[in-house]
Formats: sequence, C-alpha cells, structure tokens
Amino acid sequence: MKFLRFVLIVIMLFPFSNVYAEENDKRNKITKNLRCLICQGQSVYDSDSEFANSLKIVVDKKLQEGLSEDQIYEYFKTKYGEWILYDPGLNKNTYILWLLPILIFLIGGAIIYKSFIVKK
Amino acid sequence: MKNKILLFSVITIFGIIFFIFYKGLDDSKIYTPDVNIKKEIPLFNTKEFFSREDVKSSSIFELDKVYLLNIWSSWCVPCRQEHPLLMNLNLENKLNIIGMNYKDNLKNAENFLKELGNPYKEILIDLDGTIAIEWGAYGVPESFLIYNNKIIKKYIGPLNQEFVDEINLFVK
Repeated sequence: MKFLRFVLIVIMLFPFSNVYAEENDKRNKITKNLRCLICQGQSVYDSDSEFANSLKIVVDKKLQEGLSEDQIYEYFKTKYGEWILYDPGLNKNTYILWLLPILIFLIGGAIIYKSFIVKK
Repeated sequence: MKNKILLFSVITIFGIIFFIFYKGLDDSKIYTPDVNIKKEIPLFNTKEFFSREDVKSSSIFELDKVYLLNIWSSWCVPCRQEHPLLMNLNLENKLNIIGMNYKDNLKNAENFLKELGNPYKEILIDLDGTIAIEWGAYGVPESFLIYNNKIIKKYIGPLNQEFVDEINLFVK
C-alpha cells in the first residue's frame, strides 16, 4: 500500500515539475530579451533591480494567464515602447539596421566575383 | 584611371564611416522615454493604504478632474526631497494627488507620512511593483498627470519647481 502511494506521488509530481520547468525556460527566454530600463545595457534576466524584479513577476503572471511570447512582447511594447525589446522588429525605423548587412554582403560578394572570378 | 577611381572610392567610403562614427561619439547612449504620452490609464485592483480595503482603479479616477498619481516609497531618498513640493501642491484644491506606495514596508511608510505630512487624497498599495509596470513606470519616484482618464504627462524622477509650475499651469 505504501509503495502504491509512493508510486502515485511520483506520477503526480512528474508531469507538474516538467510543466514548471518548461514555463521557467520560457520566462528566462522572455526576460533575456527585455531591456532593463533602469540599468541600461543589462537584460531584465541579468538585473536584480526593483524594476527588473517586478517585471519578472509580471512576465510570470502573463504566462499563467496563458499569453504567448509574442503577446507578452506586444504588451510591454505598448507600455514602454520598442526600446524595451532587445530584438527589434522590422519597421520603418529599423529597416536600415536589418537590410544594411545584407546589402554590404551582396556588394562585397559582387566585388569579389568581379575582380577574382571573372578575371580568371 | 582605374586606380584613381579605386582610391577615390576607398577614401570616400572611409570618410563616410569616419563621419558616422564621429557623430556617434556625441550621441547620448541613455534612452529617455517619451514623456508626452496620451494614453488611457490602466485598470487595476489593489488595496487602500490606511483601511487595507480593496479598491478598483475605476472608482478613483473621475472624468473632468485633474489627478496627479505619485509613486513613492519610504526607502526612496529622492521621495523625501520632493515631498515638500507635493505638500505645497496639495494646497491647490483643484488637483487631487493620489499616492502609490511602491514595494514598501507599510509601517515605515506610515512613519514617513507622520514625519513629513500626508499630501495624498488617497493612497494605494503596490506591494510587488506590478501595478507600477502596468502604468509604464520606471521606478520611484515617478508622477503622472491625469485628466479625463488619460495620462497627459509623466515626470520620471523627483518633481522640481519647473514641473510644479507646469502642473499648476495645467490645473488652472
């Protein structure tokens, strides 16, 4: 009987701890992508300021409410602006940031192609 | 001829890069958020400071009245600094100052008010700092000027005479 109870407890515990770990992973991933606005240059995950700690609680709450990662980012964006995200989306303010590396890569590739490959 | 073009283009490209980096030296790396935001105030539930009774935010902020929501804490040194200004502002009857006690020990907060006076019409409790996040606040102290359920302006950091004059001008 005792053994049965033990097995039952293990079975009960196992899936829950799994879910918890998953949620923790997600929370860490989200807080790593949020900028701590008090201690700029640090992510919320790295910071231990009052502001960052509160933000972590809010992320937990939102995850419990069943919001997805993107919805949480959207929520913080409406509260604090695009700046709070470390991974800015593609919009009219950031398109140079996104397209410049590709452009440089293409131009560089063209120069190399012209001067080395065509010459041969 | 070809060499000249190459030299010219290399110099111009380096010139442009140098110019961009040189300009970047003067730019401030510290982000200052937009303070003139016309946003709806958030809805939240919390407890009242003295009675510890539940309150809804919608029952506090009425239309056609000017409010100043002030986030404060007894452990915050700049709050002590701005407190006399809040006391003065309170003498103006048209402005309703609402306090939000941020991550504080309530006993210490009561002592703070006993010592320096209570300029607040009502005080709400934000024990874990999540309501301040709802407001888009950065920390303590911070103040929000509210009219018709909209945030007119926010003041990050302690209030100073310049801000007080601006608030007085708006109330009139």
